Amino acid sequence: MAEAAAVAAESLAGGRARAARTVLNQVVLPGEELLLPEQEDAEGPGGGGERPLRLNAGARSRVRVVCGPGLRRCGDRLLVTKCGRLRHKEPGSGSGGGVYWVDSQQKRYVPVKGDHVIGIVTAKSGDIFKVDVGGSEPASLSYLAFEGATKRNRPNVQVGDLIYGQFVVANKDMEPEMVCIDSCGRANGMGVIGHDGLLFKVTLGLIRKLLAPDCEIIQEVGKLYPLEIVFGMNGRIWVKAKTIQQTLILANILEACEHMTTDQRKQIFSRLAES
Amino acid sequence: MKETPLSNCERRFLLRAIEEKKRLDGRQTYDYRNIKISFGTDYGCCIVELGKTRVLGQVSCELVSPKLNRATEGILFFNLELSQMAAPAFEPGRQSDLLVKLNRLLERCLRNSKCIDTESLCVVAGEKVWQIRVDLHLLNHDGNIIDAASIAAIVALSHFRRPDVSVQGDEVTLYTPEERDPVPLSIHHMPICVSFAFFQQGTYLLVDPNEREERVMDGLLVIAMNKHREICTIQSSGGIMLLKDQVLRCSKIAGVKVAEITELIQKALENDQKVRKEGGKFGFAESIANQRITAFKMEKAPIDTSDVEEKAEEIIAEAEPPSEVVSKPVLWTTGTAQIGEGIENFWGDLEDSGKEDEDEGGSDEAIILDSIKMDTGVEVPNIGSQDAPIVLSDSEEEEMIILEPDKNPKKIRTQTISAKQEKAPSKKPVKKRKKKRAAN
Repeated sequence: MAEAAAVAAESLAGGRARAARTVLNQVVLPGEELLLPEQEDAEGPGGGGERPLRLNAGARSRVRVVCGPGLRRCGDRLLVTKCGRLRHKEPGSGSGGGVYWVDSQQKRYVPVKGDHVIGIVTAKSGDIFKVDVGGSEPASLSYLAFEGATKRNRPNVQVGDLIYGQFVVANKDMEPEMVCIDSCGRANGMGVIGHDGLLFKVTLGLIRKLLAPDCEIIQEVGKLYPLEIVFGMNGRIWVKAKTIQQTLILANILEACEHMTTDQRKQIFSRLAES
Repeated sequence: MKETPLSNCERRFLLRAIEEKKRLDGRQTYDYRNIKISFGTDYGCCIVELGKTRVLGQVSCELVSPKLNRATEGILFFNLELSQMAAPAFEPGRQSDLLVKLNRLLERCLRNSKCIDTESLCVVAGEKVWQIRVDLHLLNHDGNIIDAASIAAIVALSHFRRPDVSVQGDEVTLYTPEERDPVPLSIHHMPICVSFAFFQQGTYLLVDPNEREERVMDGLLVIAMNKHREICTIQSSGGIMLLKDQVLRCSKIAGVKVAEITELIQKALENDQKVRKEGGKFGFAESIANQRITAFKMEKAPIDTSDVEEKAEEIIAEAEPPSEVVSKPVLWTTGTAQIGEGIENFWGDLEDSGKEDEDEGGSDEAIILDSIKMDTGVEVPNIGSQDAPIVLSDSEEEEMIILEPDKNPKKIRTQTISAKQEKAPSKKPVKKRKKKRAAN
């Protein structure tokens, strides 16, 4: 009994840290602390009581752990900062480590370096464009950051145009910066989006779900009508089909996917395919 | 924060869709979005949802002295607020043009149409009248604020009940809701605003524009009307030229829409009234639709329920029976007695406490039962005729009953003492562990 009490006291002092591995795919809440796998044997709740003295305590094998969105490093533990489901991806080589992140649901976008987003040009000032991406401040986009653009050969971008680009600078204290070329100077699909089509907003969680490699929704949508579609990580979707009617249907279906179960969705798709 | 700009492609798409008589949410030209009216637990509190636009209405009242030139009329006050919560573009603490325009329109629609009988709000002429205040808060902005706000205002006013007042000579008595039922306001008619958006210089017309349609519209016509087809207010903004027959057509549409909405309001009010009367559940919490996000759905975990009963029985069989109860009260001094020895204490230990609690409860009950039995055993020969479990009236019995309240404090005292004794040793291992860790 005394041992149990001691363990309880320790876990209270340590903020009830659970091992990250045991709560994979479970809901975690902000403020929760998680233990990494290599600390589990050292400090995990199971290892209370008598513990053999470690001779090589300093020489632990090093593993690389990446904190994804919703997690922050706090000492030698992971601190959860968003509520959602904890996810993990094993690294390509070796065991242990890998990427941990929290799949959460929100509407407000926070710029992240490397994200592909859809922005709206709000101003042209000198040699940069101001682009609204839905974050707390507009991103800047240099006119040279387009494929084939030179000082003489300026891209044709008007205020109100849609831009599909990528963040190269995204810090919390600095103005984010976008580009429409990759590191080789190729457009790679980025640039100004056509003048037709419809732009609409969905939640960030839905965008991530749609962009997942094995997403069924996109395959099913693709079978309905021929379409052009662009997903921005900032929750914006641009879609264009042959007619306005079809575009509207696609936009409404994608928006509705958030609150539908797989069965409901399949029903709706089959009904649409018949008509 | 700045408003999200509207991109050129959205603008172009919207205008082309309107030309083809199509709308973003699949509505027809003259369709309203879904209207939902829900009431709070208090009278005079409601939320009106028009699609995704939400307005909260709250009515309050106060006794004040009337205006000098209108000594026998109550005062009506309307206030619409656009909080930042509704849309990030709304700035707090600033009267924007839109806000001033909406407030003015609301006042014209509701006060100037004399839909509320202000004379009935007078308590003592020239001295005391009711001031009715209608606060409207926009909770979410998805276009057509004025329609939602006007519906919320009139719904909140018709739902509101003011405290009853009686005047006898110079004395004014205000009754609480418990003393006398609060009285509803007298409402002559329900003016409701209907908005029409015009596109391409009045060629195309839409009823109930949403936020994106509002951004591309050329002009707006708001008609406030009641179900008797009396126009209360009409306002055109945006500077477009409207033809006479266009306005007439709009007023006809408005008549139909207002009739529908008034019916809906009446039905919602009746429903709420019925639920309140029957004592059912009401309030906002009851009317929130449960919308599930399926994007992060967790799969159901299978739980083995095949041998639950056997397992439960096994646990019961293995559990220790409650300890023997010593039910002889020991009288230490007058007014202080003890029954049993007290129970073993488990305060230092959190995990076992639940189980022990149950045991404790069980044995406690047994003690009380025993003592009651004993009481009756003693009483029966004394009174003779009484064989039912004690009626606490005789003085002799009262003396006996002193035992019960006294017994508990005594027990607690013994418990606390034993808890201290228990705690002292249990601390030691913790310290040891800490030391060990330091050594590591």
